[in-house]
Amino acid sequence: MDTLTESPLVPRTDTLLDVRDLHVEFRTRDGIAKAVNGVSYAVARGETLAVLGESGSGKSVTVQAVMGILDSPPGFVTRGEILFRGENLLTMPADQRRKVRGAKMAMIFQDALSALNPVLTVGYQLGEMFVVHRGMSRRDARAMAVELMDRVRIPAARQRVGDYPHQFSGGMRQRIMIAMAMALEPDLIIADEPTTALDVTVQAQVMDLLAELRQEMGMGLILITHDLGVVADVADRIAVMYAGRIVETAPVHDIYRAPAHPYTKGLLESIPRLDRKGKELYAIRGLPPSLTDVPPGCAFNPRCPMARERCRTEVPPLYRVTAERGSACHYWEECVGDD
Amino acid sequence: MGRYVIRRLLQMVPVFIGSTLLIFVMVYALGDPVAALFGDRAPDPATAAQIRKDLYLDHPLWQQYVHYMAQIFQGNFGTAFDGQPVLTLMSTAWPLTIRLTIVAVVVEAVIGVVLGLFSGLRRGRTVDSGVLVLTLVVVSVPTFVSGYVLQYLFGVEWNLVNPSVSPAAPFSELLLPGIVLALVSLAYVTRLTRTSVVENHRADYVRTAIAKGLPRHRVVLRHLLRNSLIPVVTFIGTDIGALMGGAIVTERIFNIHGVGYQLYQGILRQNSPTVVGFVTILVIVFLIANLLVDLLYAVLDPRIRYA
Ligand SMILES: Nc1ncnc2c1ncn2[C@@H]1O[C@H](COP(=O)(O)OP(=O)(O)OP(=O)(O)O)[C@@H](O)[C@H]1O
Ligand code: SF4
Ligand SMILES: [Mg+2]
Repeated sequence: MDTLTESPLVPRTDTLLDVRDLHVEFRTRDGIAKAVNGVSYAVARGETLAVLGESGSGKSVTVQAVMGILDSPPGFVTRGEILFRGENLLTMPADQRRKVRGAKMAMIFQDALSALNPVLTVGYQLGEMFVVHRGMSRRDARAMAVELMDRVRIPAARQRVGDYPHQFSGGMRQRIMIAMAMALEPDLIIADEPTTALDVTVQAQVMDLLAELRQEMGMGLILITHDLGVVADVADRIAVMYAGRIVETAPVHDIYRAPAHPYTKGLLESIPRLDRKGKELYAIRGLPPSLTDVPPGCAFNPRCPMARERCRTEVPPLYRVTAERGSACHYWEECVGDD
Repeated sequence: MGRYVIRRLLQMVPVFIGSTLLIFVMVYALGDPVAALFGDRAPDPATAAQIRKDLYLDHPLWQQYVHYMAQIFQGNFGTAFDGQPVLTLMSTAWPLTIRLTIVAVVVEAVIGVVLGLFSGLRRGRTVDSGVLVLTLVVVSVPTFVSGYVLQYLFGVEWNLVNPSVSPAAPFSELLLPGIVLALVSLAYVTRLTRTSVVENHRADYVRTAIAKGLPRHRVVLRHLLRNSLIPVVTFIGTDIGALMGGAIVTERIFNIHGVGYQLYQGILRQNSPTVVGFVTILVIVFLIANLLVDLLYAVLDPRIRYA
């Protein structure tokens, strides 16, 4: 059977970001936590990749490694490559890599209140992008900041450019985060649960704005989210993570129609759906493994309803399901078939 | 904001009255100020009675206090032990002490923040541990020990500075006394900055600043340090009053005729107008410094709003 551990899925010519066999570990006093164990994913220009997975599965750590903002020490990339526009970010000189950050790839954080500097005005923080990367004067940068705030539809931008983050509502603050990420029209935006911290009522608005601007500027997007509804709406591809690995990656339609990994199946079935009314809600039993002590074989085996002897000894590689699709389950064929 | 300032000024009144009354009572409990005025000679009873009357000493203590304060607010601080008006002493002493305090504040702020920033950025490494030990040593050595040791080393042994400050006391001569005066505070500023930098280092907004692709110096100075300095500035501000009061030891060591020196002489010779007068001004300086710190706090941290 065909496996995909090394080669990226969907080898296309317009690949923007290509993460290969990435390993990240945290060297803490309690031991080494292997947070990311061989993640590979690719994002094409203009494509949206949704990353799913339980808390602690390594979604954030992976993108932190991509951005180069890993908390280090204790975090270290121990293996792998991160190719961005064909260049390996991990071997790039620090100063060159810094110039990529913010300008070519930008990040939207979950909690804008803590992610924005409390003692600097939003105008300063937005303008800083232009001052540092474009060498603009403070005054021009401020004008750009007003423009950006207009663009993310913050009312009375001109009056509010001198306000501080705490003076805005949660939704408005997240718009400012989005504006900051979009400021220099990067090729890639990474959004780590961009709406989780918001009121339910504004989540959709903020997500729509993000999707719309992404579309307008044709940027690639990595969207980490727990909201499967959002995924179905905006994502082109999905990567499902478990215990620091990708367990399934596929185009969004394929995965919703027929998951090729028992874990994905569990995730999808754990959301209530109208057409399944009456059927018992399937929840994945048990807890994710401790990263200092990952079970041998398939990391999912203690919780997997399909697990058998082989799963406890042999680590499943990422099998090729179709040209665009991979699954890290020895028995993916059964899984796809049985729906 | 304006209302806040007015309210704070009003709140100062009871604090001012309380602290000056306390010092007034303590000083007058020391002994007979008239006898002290004449030193070893016994005053003739008529003169003594006249002085007592002038100083309101024949009135109850609270009336003496009111009378004294009324005099002070008319600019009359009474007479010092050597017959000079206390005001004259003040006009020479305060500029000296203010200069000394400025040197000390600059020393503690600049060196303390730089040391604190460096050890905070290199937490857990050798530099950090070294600075930690150093600050502990500095805090545990009393000023009169470190003062005499430094005076001996720099002034006598290596002959780098004048061991005793000349009456004009230019800034260059005040450098060593300023360092001595600042030493303990300097250690605190270092510790405080270090703790604050370490705390803020992991903050999300610092991560954002890095993700924005800002150069490291900008991340550290504009984002990390700017936030870390908020508690430090507060400390330095409130420390100004303490430094002026604490100068009493340093001024003795280096023979600077500033506030500390005059206070010391006043206590030694039981001259209450000198002691109460200087302390009253110190209290006012202390209160105003505290108010300014609170206002500065709002400038540094826009999340603080005065209601
Ligand atoms: N700074 C750190 N120091 C030590 N361990 C860390 C650090 N950051 C992350 N980890 C570990 O890495 C693992 C993966 O964390 P990560 O933040 O990537 O999870 P996640 O998939 O983003 O989860 P969530 O959905 O909760 O955001 C966690 O178990 C965590 O303990
Ligand atoms: S490899 Fe085995 S344990 Fe792992 S998901 Fe597949 S069936 Fe379950
Ligand atoms: Mg996360």
